[in-house]
Amino acid sequence: MQSRSLWADAGRRLRANRAATVSAVLLVLLSVAVIIGPMLLPWSYDAVDWEHIAEGPSAAHWLGTDQIGRDLLARLLYGGRISLMIGVVATLVSLVIGISWGAIAGYFGGKLDAVMMRIVDILYALPFMFFVILLMVFFGRNIFLMFVAIGAINWLDMARIVRGQTLSLKRREFVESAVVMGVGPLTIIRRHIVPNLLGVVAVYVTLTIPQVILAESFLSFLGLGVQEPQTSWGALVNDGAQVMETMPWMLIAPAITLALTLFCFNFLGDGLRDALDPKEQR
Amino acid sequence: MYSYAIKRLLGALPTLLVLFTLSFFLMRAAPGGPFDAERSLPPEIEANLNARFHLDQPLYQQYFSYLEDVVTGRFWPSIQYSDFNVKELITNGFPISMQLGLAALLLALLVGCSIGALAALKQNSRTDYSVMALAMTGISVPSFVLAPLLVLVCAVWLGWLPAGGWNNGALANQVLPVIVLALPQIAWISRLTRGSMIDVLRSPFILTARAKGLPWLLILRRHALKPALLPVVSYLGPAAAGIVTGSIVVETIFQLPGIGRYFVQSAINRDYTLVMGVVLFYGTLIIVFNFLVDLLYAWLDPKVRKEYTS
Repeated sequence: MQSRSLWADAGRRLRANRAATVSAVLLVLLSVAVIIGPMLLPWSYDAVDWEHIAEGPSAAHWLGTDQIGRDLLARLLYGGRISLMIGVVATLVSLVIGISWGAIAGYFGGKLDAVMMRIVDILYALPFMFFVILLMVFFGRNIFLMFVAIGAINWLDMARIVRGQTLSLKRREFVESAVVMGVGPLTIIRRHIVPNLLGVVAVYVTLTIPQVILAESFLSFLGLGVQEPQTSWGALVNDGAQVMETMPWMLIAPAITLALTLFCFNFLGDGLRDALDPKEQR
Repeated sequence: MYSYAIKRLLGALPTLLVLFTLSFFLMRAAPGGPFDAERSLPPEIEANLNARFHLDQPLYQQYFSYLEDVVTGRFWPSIQYSDFNVKELITNGFPISMQLGLAALLLALLVGCSIGALAALKQNSRTDYSVMALAMTGISVPSFVLAPLLVLVCAVWLGWLPAGGWNNGALANQVLPVIVLALPQIAWISRLTRGSMIDVLRSPFILTARAKGLPWLLILRRHALKPALLPVVSYLGPAAAGIVTGSIVVETIFQLPGIGRYFVQSAINRDYTLVMGVVLFYGTLIIVFNFLVDLLYAWLDPKVRKEYTS
């Protein structure tokens, strides 16, 4: 009998999950469209077409134009770049903080662990979204600040999950043998603990990205997100909602794209969790 | 029970203090002071204002006098609505926000728990899949997408319900806002209930009850329901926070005169004092709510209860 690795096994189970597979394919297509699409279109996201102002979908503008004659498809693709980029970057920020915090607390244990997790508990009860709003109000709109702020909200869950996993991992034989061989604790965390956390982390990443995209959209809705003429999906939905009675295409296309993306990430995340969690095997 | 309450209270207090401290230093670190309006003030008036709000004191004294202001409810006047102070705006708007929020929370609990339990009982059936599809929709469609779409369909195209406005709290005006607020929470609660119900139904004490030949409905009511709903109780805190965040969107889209709408306006207009006041108010509200939920959970869960009464 041929042996299978954890990842091959999980991959096989993931491929058997039709919703997750379709979601993954759609997300790849969407990312490609968002990355190369704006280069192929005749219109840039901020170019004004004076001939077609506030017109519905047509041969010239597939998704129509907005009140000042900018092509909606171009803006949708450009906004997708921003939304997805914020999703990925802010998730990476939360990942780096969360993994280091959780792994250190879990590995060293004792008083350090107690203090570090107490801090997580206190922060956990804070309504963080409000702090992001305060930050954006006080320090102005700034994409970099937004990455950091949203990333800083999401690391708490990650820290808790990673700590729990680390607690069980550090009692395993390969860690003990590394200790016996005199490997330093930070090297053990980097070389032996973190790589074994990747499964959990993968699930968490796919479930965090949609939350971050949502958070960014929410800020854009408040008028605190990206600045004109730049745009994001949240900003487009907000613009569309204001003119939906006279120009419904302005709302429908961005709303469907945003919801579909969130759908795909959530399905993929659920699928990955089922695939990597042997408890769920049916 | 009392020792548990005290322990939880000791947990809630540092959180409140962190909330307050963070907001204080954020406000201090922000570029520009609260009185940097477009016109520059005469130096005497500025000195007076600074004295009134203790801005002339050293930082640590400011911190404590600000703490005193907040605790005694002496909020600063709003910059934008200069005739009102933040406290008045909050007391005017809060009853409306609270009414909508509580209705949404109740609706979410009723619908979420029942469809979640139903899905668990008929696991892997068509009912199960449609409930889970609905839940996925509730999680994936943000409220600021859902609300305009519902208005477009129910109000503009079909004309069944008003598109917005409060209208002194008429029932028809509340239907759409409450649904939009409740849907994401229905989604999370039904997923949670389904998961825990499936776990509970597989546990040994249910098997025992079935082996003894108890009727299925009795088993559900007497043995399965309570442990299955415990995770939902601990989700109440995040649910309340979600509804508060959602109310900001909902009140803006449906033009309801609650706190959320002022909040959006003040965020756009950089009205520092009003934003600050709302954040502190809602932050405190959520922390206190979490504290009460913890107590409720301890009262319901025999494991926690026993640990502290024996």
